[in-house]
Amino acid sequence: MAVCVAVIAKENYPLYIRSIPTENELKFHYMVHTSLDVVDEKISAMGKALVDQRELYLGLLYPTEDYKVYGYVTNSKVKFVMVVDSSNTALRDNEIRSMFRKLHNSYTDVMCNPFYNPGDRIQSRAFDSMVTSMMIQVC
Amino acid sequence: MADAALFEFLHTEMVAELWAHHSDPGPGGQKMSLSVLEGMGFRVGQALGERLPQETLAFREEVDILKFLCKDLWVAVFQKQMDSLRTNHQGTYVLQDDSFPLLIRMASGLQYLEEAPKFLAFTCGLLRGTLCILGIKSLVTASVASLPTCKFQVVIQKT
Repeated sequence: MAVCVAVIAKENYPLYIRSIPTENELKFHYMVHTSLDVVDEKISAMGKALVDQRELYLGLLYPTEDYKVYGYVTNSKVKFVMVVDSSNTALRDNEIRSMFRKLHNSYTDVMCNPFYNPGDRIQSRAFDSMVTSMMIQVC
Repeated sequence: MADAALFEFLHTEMVAELWAHHSDPGPGGQKMSLSVLEGMGFRVGQALGERLPQETLAFREEVDILKFLCKDLWVAVFQKQMDSLRTNHQGTYVLQDDSFPLLIRMASGLQYLEEAPKFLAFTCGLLRGTLCILGIKSLVTASVASLPTCKFQVVIQKT
């Protein structure tokens, strides 16, 4: 279960960022911001690799003592960043991948919505409820 | 499936409707209809550019993206592939379709040549929108020498 989910546009500003309500949400925003550097590094490393299968899922970006940060990038260079609680019984890679896949599908639906202008903040309730289903219940 | 026919009819009506509003078709009025059509195509292209590419990061170079347009995008929208893709290796690509589905029902030859450009505006926008969402700023224009063959010229804008 994620603790913070963020969708970052190609130009590196947030389209959507949501964390579980705690007293210090700013630290999650900061973590997401610092993880962007790691994402960029991974993307450029992938560009140089001659592997045929370059994946959208970037894997663990960096671990801190309490949290782990995972990344995913789409073909349109929109990034998804997810912060997960380390103490949580280790979430398997497959589960993280499937969470990202759900995020990607919901993001694609938001893009196809004619009332959404690409580049705006995401205000879709359907997207909100999908993210809620991925986040921990705090109370 | 009836999808192809439905899209063709919808497109024909879109062009007719946007053209009809300008009962006094001075050059300014015409340009606005074309840019509205192109703008519609642009937004649709952006959505398709998000939905169509497969799971892997397949676009290593610019020419890969152009090939995606010619194959996957064209097949998804028009149920056929583009017939030829040429480039001058300096940022200009010419995509040629020898039997463009939106023109094929109109004529085959030189009849209605003056009417053809407005039926290509939406598709130009479609190409520009998909390129934009995949990271390429471009300018797309279309030309018809004889129906139903048409050429789309894509000029990549280097910033």
